[in-house]
Amino acid sequence: MGTDIAKLLQKKQKRILENWMTSQLSNISLREDLMSNDDLREQSAEFLDTLLKVLTEKNLSNVESSDFEPVHELLAGVSLSRAKQGFTPAETGVYIFSLKDALLTSLQTDLKDDQAGLLDAIIKIGRLMDYLCVIAFETFIKGREEVILRQSDEISEISTPVIRVWDGILALPIIGTLDSSRTQVVMENLLQEIVESGSTIAILDISGVAAVDSLVAQHLIKTVAATRLMGAECIISGIRPEIAQTVVHLGIDLSNIVTKATLASALKHAFGMLKLNVKRVETVKSGL
Amino acid sequence: MDRIPILRMGRLLLVTIQIDLYDRLATNLETDLVQMVNKTEAKGVLIDISALSIVDSFMGRILGNIGSMSKIMDAETVVVGMQPAVAITLIELGLELKGVHTALNVERGMELLKEKIGNYDEDLSDEDEDSTE
Repeated sequence: MGTDIAKLLQKKQKRILENWMTSQLSNISLREDLMSNDDLREQSAEFLDTLLKVLTEKNLSNVESSDFEPVHELLAGVSLSRAKQGFTPAETGVYIFSLKDALLTSLQTDLKDDQAGLLDAIIKIGRLMDYLCVIAFETFIKGREEVILRQSDEISEISTPVIRVWDGILALPIIGTLDSSRTQVVMENLLQEIVESGSTIAILDISGVAAVDSLVAQHLIKTVAATRLMGAECIISGIRPEIAQTVVHLGIDLSNIVTKATLASALKHAFGMLKLNVKRVETVKSGL
Repeated sequence: MDRIPILRMGRLLLVTIQIDLYDRLATNLETDLVQMVNKTEAKGVLIDISALSIVDSFMGRILGNIGSMSKIMDAETVVVGMQPAVAITLIELGLELKGVHTALNVERGMELLKEKIGNYDEDLSDEDEDSTE
């Protein structure tokens, strides 16, 4: 055979880059809103340059060779930044596969007369590019997961406000699903606020909780018990009919917890416990 | 040996735990307290644990025990000033301190005790009146 695929490609680097860019720019999935063409060209040129620099005849058949580490790093960086910028997986896939196309086209023209060499080169390049693609996807998904993780952190942080509705009465509207970690946050926030404000009554409003299962109920019962230990009373409000149904069907006993249908009735109950009275002020019409 | 001081205030006993309890100290407190309830005929026990930051299942049980023991000796127990972390730990350990009353701070605890004992006093005076009549 004797054809050095790596050398062949390195010689044609410029043309490959042009081909690659053309196919990337002509692809319908091009996202000019997320990345300008100049940036894309710069990124592509750097990647191709790094790839061809480390590529030798020897490591071409060994895709897991440590020679490719700089390529992997660069690719991971590209993939990660694409995940964060909001590219779709398909668009990231096109980025790698269009390079594969460009490389293969170049080889095809160069090895026109050497069918066996061409086949060998295609298989090797194909294997290498597929491996790179796997890496790109892995980091892409990792990047996405980071984004999701950060968002869920943010949600759990902002979605557990403790509101002082009255002197000595706290309200805590819970929105979304209650899992162990969120219950922990809710409980800590609530107990801390009870200490700081010296409140004696806390109202847990669960009208924003989509579904209550035995685990969620368990968490609620724990929160109520912890509040009681602190020396405050806890009222659960916002029990919707569906929730009442599931709770009873699951055989969860909420009978030793004060439960109310709405936040308003819970507040009324709290007023009663604090011996407060809300009265409408009679407007006295002056006769003069 | 270290002991937790138990202060007498009228018909109430006051215990302020200022240091982290180790097991021996806790069992001593339990013994001392029931002795004291017996001796002074106290009607209420107020335990301030606001300085307690570490609690384990043993300590939780001792607190519960003190409550139950006082209860059968006719004294109400109020635990006041529990730290949020302590409350969470006790709940996670499954100790809900059923026989014990709780309050946010000493002031509220006193009010609660007075309310409980006050009722008792009224009952007592009612009975006295009845008997004198």
